[in-house]
Amino acid sequence: MKMPQQFFINIGQKVFYFLYFVGGMVNLASQTIYLTFMPPYKKDRIMEQAKKAGFDSLPIVSLVSLFIGFIFALQTAYFMQRMGSEIYIASLVALALVRELGPVITALVVAGRVGAAITAELGSMQVTEQIDALETLATNPIKYLVVPRFVALSLMLPLLTLYADIIGIFGSYLICVYKLGISSGMYIHVTFDALLYKDLFTGLLKTVFFGMIIAFVSCFEGFNVEGGAEGVGQATTRSVVTSFILIIMCDCFFTAIFYFLFP
Amino acid sequence: MMIDIQGVSKSFGTHKVLNEASLKIERGTTCVIIGRSGCGKSVLLKHIVGILHPDQGKVFVDGKEVSCLNEAGMNALRMKIGMVFQGGALFDSLTVGENVGFGLIEHRKIGQRELLERVEESLCMVGLCGIANLMPSELSGGMKKRVSLARALCIKPELILYDEPTTGVDPITAASINELIKSLHDKLQVTSIVVTHDMVSAYTVADRIAMLYQGKIIADGSPQEIQSSTHPVVHQFINGLAQGPITETLDHDSRIKQ
Ligand SMILES: Nc1ncnc2c1ncn2[C@@H]1O[C@H](COP(=O)(O)OP(=O)(O)OP(=O)(O)O)[C@@H](O)[C@H]1O
Ligand SMILES: [Mg+2]
Repeated sequence: MKMPQQFFINIGQKVFYFLYFVGGMVNLASQTIYLTFMPPYKKDRIMEQAKKAGFDSLPIVSLVSLFIGFIFALQTAYFMQRMGSEIYIASLVALALVRELGPVITALVVAGRVGAAITAELGSMQVTEQIDALETLATNPIKYLVVPRFVALSLMLPLLTLYADIIGIFGSYLICVYKLGISSGMYIHVTFDALLYKDLFTGLLKTVFFGMIIAFVSCFEGFNVEGGAEGVGQATTRSVVTSFILIIMCDCFFTAIFYFLFP
Repeated sequence: MMIDIQGVSKSFGTHKVLNEASLKIERGTTCVIIGRSGCGKSVLLKHIVGILHPDQGKVFVDGKEVSCLNEAGMNALRMKIGMVFQGGALFDSLTVGENVGFGLIEHRKIGQRELLERVEESLCMVGLCGIANLMPSELSGGMKKRVSLARALCIKPELILYDEPTTGVDPITAASINELIKSLHDKLQVTSIVVTHDMVSAYTVADRIAMLYQGKIIADGSPQEIQSSTHPVVHQFINGLAQGPITETLDHDSRIKQ
């Protein structure tokens, strides 16, 4: 008897939460973008966040993209050797990394590392009334907390991605030159031959949006924490999962657009 | 600053915390709000600084309705109000000094020297000279509360809202906080609202005492009037009796739930 009722209540709750989320995100995003361009501009707060999001992510981004480079070279080598055209490994790896893998992997790493930290930090500020305290000191929490993170993430993610692209290609270079016996000059030549400016441009442009997604989702979840330490934990999980989903969806969207815009 | 709370109701979900509470506080007076734990005292204070907005009713501070102010008006108002949060609410990524000077750093163009002086002065007022370089995580609970008080004092507010300033501090410090509240009232004519459970402190600092019960202000008068009140709820509360109407309604409610 109760089952169908419960089912519809659950669906209703999910739809309600979804609409609440969309509304809240749109609201947060519009306020943040507006406040970003309103003085006063606090550069040092942006720099601090840029260091946390960008510089401190370098080790893990290096590690992950280096291994992606190794893996991707070996996997393509498997097929290319059968075809007898090993030299195309270089162009395949370069294109895949610059257009797709570099941006997405970097965004996911940053969402897991930086986004989670932001949600946990803002969430615990929320449960200990620090956000309320900011307001009573006549400081807009969005201006003070969200704007620096938003600016830092949307600037640092393209830079990190560029760095990841280079490290990934270097990883693949190591495999190809030292394991598969392709000459070094040949590898570099083929790589630069394959890459066009538009590949780099479309790859980096979408990471600006990935950065925004991470900033908005993690701040939104942080501000909406309820229920103490447990709530902070749940919000952190939700922040990472939501960022992952939105990043992949956004990536699909941009890939489709670029495919038709820059054929 | 004059505060006029008119018939304010506030619910969280289905839980009605404030139910047409009304209270008027004159400029330069100290009003103590008493009431049981969880009856909505902190919620009432948050309506005065505009962190929470009433579902019904209005809150006027200095003749202006708080929830109708625009951002600039609200900020101007908040720079005249100091709030001491129940849990301190210190920013844990900033040092004690940065916490105390936060309002000045963000909003007033003042020099580094003057800033440091003001911060140190505020810290000394609460008996914590020379700790400006510590982090909040290095402080004890009572020290956090006093730093929070120093942060409220640092902007030289006209109205101070104290949410349980003496809970969790030792009796000597509690007495000195009471002295501080009194001297701000006597020397600077600061309007104060003090939420407390501590009846001794209530009688020391109060010009007026108001009691919040079941979402309403059920009693409001001078300490003498409250002390000699015949209202059974007030009588039970201020004398700390285990038997009385407050506990009876609780028993009654829990019996209904069962
Ligand atoms: N943000 C909120 N969301 C949901 N419920 C809340 C919120 N803030 C307060 N409440 C509820 O309102 C009621 C009153 O809370 P409040 O903090 O004002 O109590 P209090 O009178 O200050 O108690 P105490 O003396 O213990 O501090 C509580 O039952 C609490 O559950
Ligand atoms: Mg309280």
